[in-house]
Amino acid sequence: MAEMRRDNPIDISEDNNRELLNDVERGLYDFKDEERDEDFYKVDEGLTEEIVRQISAEKHDPDWMLDFRLKSLKIYHELGVPQWGPPIDGLDMARIVTYVKSKTEMKASWEELPDDIKNAFEKLGIPQAEREQLAGVGAQYDSELVYHNVRKDVEEQGVIYTDMESALTGQYADMVREHFMKLVPPTDHKFAALHGAVWSGGSFVYVPPGTKVEIPLQSYFRLNAPGAGQFEHTLIIVDEGSDVHFIEGCSAPKYNVANLHAGCVELFVGKNAHLRYSTIENWSKNMYNLNTKRAICEEGGTIEWISGSFGSHVSYLYPTSVLKGDHSHAEFTGITFAGKGQNLDTGAKMIHLGKNTSSFIDTKSICKSGGISTYRSSVEIRKQAEGAKASVNCGSLMLDSISRSDTVPAMDIRTDKADVGHEAKIGRISDEAVFYMMSRGISEAEARAMIVSGFANPVSKELPLEYAAEMNNLIKLEMEQG
Amino acid sequence: MSETILEIKDLSAGIEGEEILHHINLQVGRGEIHVLMGHNGAGKSTLGNVIMGSPVYQMTGGQILFEGEDITQLSVDARAKKGIFLSFQNPLEVPGLSMEAFLRNAIREKTGKPVKIFQFKKRMEEVLKLLDMDASYVDRDLNVGFSGGEKKKAEIFQLLMLEPKLAILDETDSGLDVDAVRTVSKGIDIFCQNGGTLLIITHSTRILDALKVDHTHVLIDGKIVAEGDGSLVDEINQGGYAKYTK
Repeated sequence: MAEMRRDNPIDISEDNNRELLNDVERGLYDFKDEERDEDFYKVDEGLTEEIVRQISAEKHDPDWMLDFRLKSLKIYHELGVPQWGPPIDGLDMARIVTYVKSKTEMKASWEELPDDIKNAFEKLGIPQAEREQLAGVGAQYDSELVYHNVRKDVEEQGVIYTDMESALTGQYADMVREHFMKLVPPTDHKFAALHGAVWSGGSFVYVPPGTKVEIPLQSYFRLNAPGAGQFEHTLIIVDEGSDVHFIEGCSAPKYNVANLHAGCVELFVGKNAHLRYSTIENWSKNMYNLNTKRAICEEGGTIEWISGSFGSHVSYLYPTSVLKGDHSHAEFTGITFAGKGQNLDTGAKMIHLGKNTSSFIDTKSICKSGGISTYRSSVEIRKQAEGAKASVNCGSLMLDSISRSDTVPAMDIRTDKADVGHEAKIGRISDEAVFYMMSRGISEAEARAMIVSGFANPVSKELPLEYAAEMNNLIKLEMEQG
Repeated sequence: MSETILEIKDLSAGIEGEEILHHINLQVGRGEIHVLMGHNGAGKSTLGNVIMGSPVYQMTGGQILFEGEDITQLSVDARAKKGIFLSFQNPLEVPGLSMEAFLRNAIREKTGKPVKIFQFKKRMEEVLKLLDMDASYVDRDLNVGFSGGEKKKAEIFQLLMLEPKLAILDETDSGLDVDAVRTVSKGIDIFCQNGGTLLIITHSTRILDALKVDHTHVLIDGKIVAEGDGSLVDEINQGGYAKYTK
């Protein structure tokens, strides 16, 4: 285990409010819409059994789900907050509104949505993206999905893509019950328990055996209400020999109160199936992003994670791949950009159970203007996982001397019959390289942005074109913010 | 002598308080080929870098005029936009940035106009062909994993793409194989035929053989100690610098 540290780390937790107020606008993502009481239903701030029951009633949960929520709430109270990561003292559950629902029903046409909600997604480019390159779209606004639509041809392939609420009572209700929070049980950690108690929204995807979905499905999560939490649940089951790409996007406007995101993603990759899960996360910088993502692969199955973390005040995010079946394979490609006032603790976890399983982690982290970026990963190769291969490659780029980058790659290898490699690099932008680029007529700011984009390129090239462009814009935006 | 494009007046410069160049005076006429010679450590590269505006060195006195305008205070990119180009002795590597994207950005910034992709690609193809270079150069990450020779060829490729008025070539011919020397010589020839002005920094003379050198400057210990026409190059080739170092 190697650890690298920079001098002058800035502890952002002590100075929460000032950082929030000084933060710059983030243009495109930062618009906010006033939510009038007559248009929105919300529960009181805080977390009580009463509130959990209220949410459950509002959502018309089946009985088992109410029980599940109450059990999760009990576990939540029993578990402590993690002590090993970035401070989350600024997060006061007594001040978080866990459920906010627009009084609109879910629509399959953007035109039928209330103007403010429709316009919000228009500004984010979702309807256009749907027309141009997506097979299906779900759009969540605060706690519930407001829009859902799947292309006819994909539906005809037998692919199920719905909101979680419909899935709980629909044709696949048993399948949902069988898988819901089995991979990430509420006992996993305090915020998994919180999720179990108050989850709302998210998507359910089922791809039947032998089905290749040619173009991606996407869910977009927008948290508009100040002081609110978003707890969407994404459950994807890819059956034997099937193939799908799922894209998740998220953003929120900035407020001077803490918002919380504690979503949960559970991915079941069947025998010889292939799932790519891409995320561009751009939460506003008052967000506590305590998200849990996990995948399990059966024999010969492949999970590929593409992950871009740009937003949030504090993030804890380590997508986990459980390589259960022999010859199953996982790849994690991620980039994290921590700017002013951000403490982003991200990485990945690989658990090798099956024989001849393989995993690759390739991450880039960038920090700037006092931002803290920690790469944290764990590779476990169990005794029975003979012939396993794992490789970890993490690079960090520090853009100034007040920012900080840590690398914490843990490995736990229980068999001699494994092949494991690890490489970590930490660096700065070389002045010589900037001079070189400037000597061709490129301005200093542009040269730096190009070097950072180049550093991020191994990730952006994995993204669909539009998302790669969005990521480069985000990098530019971050670079311009002094 | 033709119209002066570059004029260096009484220039002194150094690094971290240590003066390397002492009271340099130098004039380059438009369309001319100048050679700056001197043994290793004489300050030749420093002069090239100072003309380009490298932040590593500090000017402690004097002026640099380009096309009659004082550019001493201008930033590196502003100098480039005016038409100065420096071919680096050790070109830097930029992972994740393709040569094509790099040049497109450079041309856009230089001209202040969006680059027409079709024309740009056509121009790249033409230049690659002229230099007999493989098309894959433009797709590869900028200088990443390039051999010494490939890097120098890539510099010459950039030179022809960016079409500056004055090119300073810093040891562009050192450590090259025959093939790379041919490419570099050809590129320089094309650049000159198109009216470009050259300041060649070198301690060897391989690429000079095919060029008609107008003026030679000899730099020893940070001072210009001798000037002459092209014949001075031959003289130094035979006699070395002993005559000037005493």
